[in-house]
Amino acid sequence: MDLVNEILEREQQKADKYKPITVEKHLDVEFDIGTLVAFDTNDLDSKLMKSEKDRDSYLESLTRDNTQLLLNKIWELSTERIDEAIVVRLPQPTTVMPRAKPVPKPKPLTKWQEFAKAKGITKTKKSKLEWDEQLQKWVPLYGFKKAAAEKEKNWLIPVPQNLDPMTDMYEKKASEKSEKVAKNELQRLKNIARARKVKIPRVGIPITSDKASSTQLATATSVAKASTASLGKFQDKLPKEKDARGKGVHELIPGKERKRKLPVPTPAAEKENNLSIIDRILKKRPKIDMEKAVSKHIHEEQVQRSEEKRSMKPMKGKPKGKGNATNFSAKKPKGGRGQRNPNKKNPGRKRR
Amino acid sequence: MKILSEDRTRLLFEKLTKYIGVNVKLLIDRPDGTYCFREKKDRVYYISERLLQLAHTVKPDHLISAGTCFGKFTKTNKFRLHITALTYIAPYAPYKLWVKPSSEQQFLYGHHVIKSGLGRITENTPKNQGVVILTMSDIPIGFGVTSRSTTDCRHADPLATIAFHQADIGEYIRSEDTLV
Repeated sequence: MDLVNEILEREQQKADKYKPITVEKHLDVEFDIGTLVAFDTNDLDSKLMKSEKDRDSYLESLTRDNTQLLLNKIWELSTERIDEAIVVRLPQPTTVMPRAKPVPKPKPLTKWQEFAKAKGITKTKKSKLEWDEQLQKWVPLYGFKKAAAEKEKNWLIPVPQNLDPMTDMYEKKASEKSEKVAKNELQRLKNIARARKVKIPRVGIPITSDKASSTQLATATSVAKASTASLGKFQDKLPKEKDARGKGVHELIPGKERKRKLPVPTPAAEKENNLSIIDRILKKRPKIDMEKAVSKHIHEEQVQRSEEKRSMKPMKGKPKGKGNATNFSAKKPKGGRGQRNPNKKNPGRKRR
Repeated sequence: MKILSEDRTRLLFEKLTKYIGVNVKLLIDRPDGTYCFREKKDRVYYISERLLQLAHTVKPDHLISAGTCFGKFTKTNKFRLHITALTYIAPYAPYKLWVKPSSEQQFLYGHHVIKSGLGRITENTPKNQGVVILTMSDIPIGFGVTSRSTTDCRHADPLATIAFHQADIGEYIRSEDTLV
């Protein structure tokens, strides 16, 4: 019996050591097993909380009870045994936890991505291998074995007729490729600069293409003209030359900083200025306008002629001297309708 | 409302002298107050100094127009006269062209003035001269540029163009949204 009592006593001691796993609560504790959280909505004992002595022990016991409840809840879940350890698969957490750090900003789009988004262009996935009809085998799109396949394929490149027959087509192809790579690299760097809002210096006038556009040429001439010590002040102008215009042209031309706003002069000064401009314009107009002078002359002539006609009309019925035979002249007879100038002296009868 | 640059002022006055000659001075030199030209969104406004001061109280973004729109500068930096300037141009124009009542409508629909529609024309009008076009009852209805001088007009055939259409009062309806 002693042995039994001893065992029982030991068990009793053990049981005293551990608190029971069941916990009584007024209100049920809420759990979020996914994040291993329990929310106790019961009121705290204000009397115990206020006493210096018991506060810590009270809080400790409360925490233990709630932890016990949480563990009870965990044990309710189906357990698995993996490598001698009992594990539980936690459900999805229901509590939304605030982030410690701000949400990372989306990566700024590259220029192409922006364009594609605006246009609704979506990327289509290309297969890594492509069947080559000429080589009769699968050739990778890029990378390992692509260069070898290219080399095998382009063992001979015909020179087009419009090119110099001595051009090295392989060299040409290589240079084209390296140019493409360089362009891509430049665009990549530009995208980075754009994303970081870094101001990059302008590259200037592109001279890559052999056929520059008229605007590019106009810019080039303007820049060249302004590139003197006096910023092109004393350079002559062609009769119909125009200054280059457009976005960013001003920045290229030395000494021509774009002025954001002109200073507003006083009304009197502005009036004075305007009048001087008008005077200059009016003075510039030629003194004699040839067109005007000619038309004026024609007009006068016409007036004179019509007046003459009017004055000649009553003469129509007048007898004509000695008649047709004597009135013989070199000109064709006009039947009294010809233009007659009274100021003109008649040189007399023409004899033949 | 910004002040016109010297270049643009010159372009504006050159265009105005084509229509009203030396009378441009009268637009600037007025006894009833100071008037000036201001620019907003490439459009040129003729505005009195007093009104301009009042217009300054409006936030630039909210101001659509103030004064009278005289025209606009095109993208190629040419000045184009709008019909809204007619009230200021018509009284000063030395060269005028009257159209017959039958072809008034044709002109108001944006067609050129042809010989058959020509009622009267100022004596000694040169070729390529800016003219104000009026009805026979002396109501100004638009601008044009002569394609023939007065003397040439006499001999022109009835379908020949006498004046090229520049602007007409029909634009108040036709291009209502782009005028100002």
